[in-house]
Amino acid sequence: MRLAEAWRVALGALRANRLRSGLTMLGVVIGVAAVVVLVAIGTGTRYEVERQVEGLGSNLLLVFPGEANFTAAPAVSRLTLADVEAVAQVVGDRDRVAVQVASGETVRADDASRFTSVLGVLDTTPQVFVRDLRRGSYLTRSDVDTARRVVVLGSRVAQDLFGEREPIGSQVTIAGVRFRVVGVFASIGQGLGVDRDDQVHIPVTTAHRLLGTERIDAIAVRAPDRSAIDSLGDQIVAELRERHPETEFSAVTQEEIIGVLGDILGILTWVLAAIAGISLLVGGVGVSNIMLVSVRERVREIGLRKAVGARPRDIGVQFLLEAVLLTSLGGVLGIGLGVGSALLAAELSPVPAAVTGWSMALAFGVSAAVGIAFGVIPAQRAGRLDPVTALRSE
Amino acid sequence: MTVAPAIEADAVWRTYPMGATTVTALRGVSLRVEPGDYLAVVGPSGSGKSTLMHLLGGLDQPTGGRLAIGGRDVATLTPNQLAQLRNQLVGFVFQSFHLLPRTSAVDNVALPLVYRGTSARARRQRAAAMLGEVGLSHRLDHRPNQLSGGEQQRVAIARALVTDPSVLLADEPTGNLDTATGEAVLGLLERLNRSSGVAVVLVTHDREVAARASRQIVMRDGQVVEQVVG
Ligand SMILES: Nc1ncnc2c1ncn2[C@@H]1O[C@H](COP(=O)(O)OP(=O)(O)O)[C@@H](O)[C@H]1O
Ligand SMILES: [Mg+2]
Repeated sequence: MRLAEAWRVALGALRANRLRSGLTMLGVVIGVAAVVVLVAIGTGTRYEVERQVEGLGSNLLLVFPGEANFTAAPAVSRLTLADVEAVAQVVGDRDRVAVQVASGETVRADDASRFTSVLGVLDTTPQVFVRDLRRGSYLTRSDVDTARRVVVLGSRVAQDLFGEREPIGSQVTIAGVRFRVVGVFASIGQGLGVDRDDQVHIPVTTAHRLLGTERIDAIAVRAPDRSAIDSLGDQIVAELRERHPETEFSAVTQEEIIGVLGDILGILTWVLAAIAGISLLVGGVGVSNIMLVSVRERVREIGLRKAVGARPRDIGVQFLLEAVLLTSLGGVLGIGLGVGSALLAAELSPVPAAVTGWSMALAFGVSAAVGIAFGVIPAQRAGRLDPVTALRSE
Repeated sequence: MTVAPAIEADAVWRTYPMGATTVTALRGVSLRVEPGDYLAVVGPSGSGKSTLMHLLGGLDQPTGGRLAIGGRDVATLTPNQLAQLRNQLVGFVFQSFHLLPRTSAVDNVALPLVYRGTSARARRQRAAAMLGEVGLSHRLDHRPNQLSGGEQQRVAIARALVTDPSVLLADEPTGNLDTATGEAVLGLLERLNRSSGVAVVLVTHDREVAARASRQIVMRDGQVVEQVVG
């Protein structure tokens, strides 16, 4: 009964001071919206990264020299095609093994050129990774075996060099050496910070000649099924270590990559949320301030209520409810604004944003808690007010 | 068989610390309010009349002496118990009405019932009946700013009596009213005193009004200087 009255009074007080309540709420609205938006962007980025890693293909195992540690400097590779043969032996199927040696080079057509990423690869690449062609065909085994100067262009490279013209069969030069275009990739987009449309594939053997090296940067293996991945990884690493006793090797799965990146992005999300939380805190201080004003304004009302039998706690609860109502209403509006902005940002910009239920629940909970935390001091002050002084005040 | 006094003050003091010195508002006031009494308190401004009323109603605590309301020594009561005592035993009427703004007459009258946990429906019923007794049945849903001064004070009186208290404490209830309206309010208090038996303690400047009371208490400088039985 008393609580119902407290609700009624709190609502009435907010309504009686619409502008002031609204402005005070605005601080909370902005704080909550900021939390929701930043958490949504953090979460969206994580989903995007997961999507990209999963989009590489399925049951993938990436093998490279050095430790699987994002903070470690990349190790100089001692892997060669002979090692790749050995890995293929372990896997038992050459078609499940892809390789890469990368270099940045200028690719030139008649009148256009583009600096792009040139990847030396095996003909098995489309069997290991998801990589669709738009035109022509991919590199063949004989291209690799005979080190032919043929190239498959990424969609952006093809667009830059040829525009609307037909690239298949045309000549390009890579680092001054002539190549024949045999295929063009379908557009695939970003993958882990790399624009996969901005690259060209040539046979690994040709790349070795072009770059004057024997090295292989990384090996990718597609395991026959999920359960085989871990043991296959161990076997490959053991084999490579036997061949290069002085070098560390790592084999990581997509899940491990997602796990590590997810952890980093998770921490980042929390840091962003905490920074946004500071603005929520500032909003809370505003609430505290306005509640003190509200108490001072209604000193006579407090005195009268006490005179007719309100206990200190009845008065305190009334003002605390007013503060909580202010912030939780602000919280609801802030969630609305935050969700709206996040969805709009995801729609209109490349920024990924994913709104999750828990972030909204958390934002609401925090805003209500801010109301309690910052309402408690004004409420206590109101509850303890001396009724005689209160009634005598003008 | 003697009836216990509604309020009993025995050599009550009230001092206020003011920096290094203290201000003494009441110096040893003794007073009994019997059930059904009609008591007038007169005296010049600053003589301690309001201070005394606040003490009698349990809004304030004496700094010396003994004060019992409804037979209970206020010095032994917690703030919550004092609040309950105010709710059940006394009703206040102030010079400046002290009605809640933006709140209907009936809700203003019902306010004390909120703090004793009466249901909303019963509150409204009781408050409406009380407004009827002060002649305002036609003003239930009016806001204070839609009422005349006399009507506002009658709403305040209805609020003071809605809990059926044993004592009504009215501190210069006609101070903000013109003579005729004030007269009507005083008439209402006298009638309610006779009909419901609530004891009334009335602070007034008007000697004539005071003379109509069953007893007069004359205060000066925080002391009772004269008691006149009418
Ligand atoms: N809170 C207070 N602090 C200091 N002095 C006070 C306070 N309240 C009342 N007084 C003093 O107590 C005296 C009596 O005041 P009051 O009871 O209001 O007189 P009255 O109602 O008869 O005019 C006055 O001198 C007044 O200044
Ligand atoms: Mg006075």
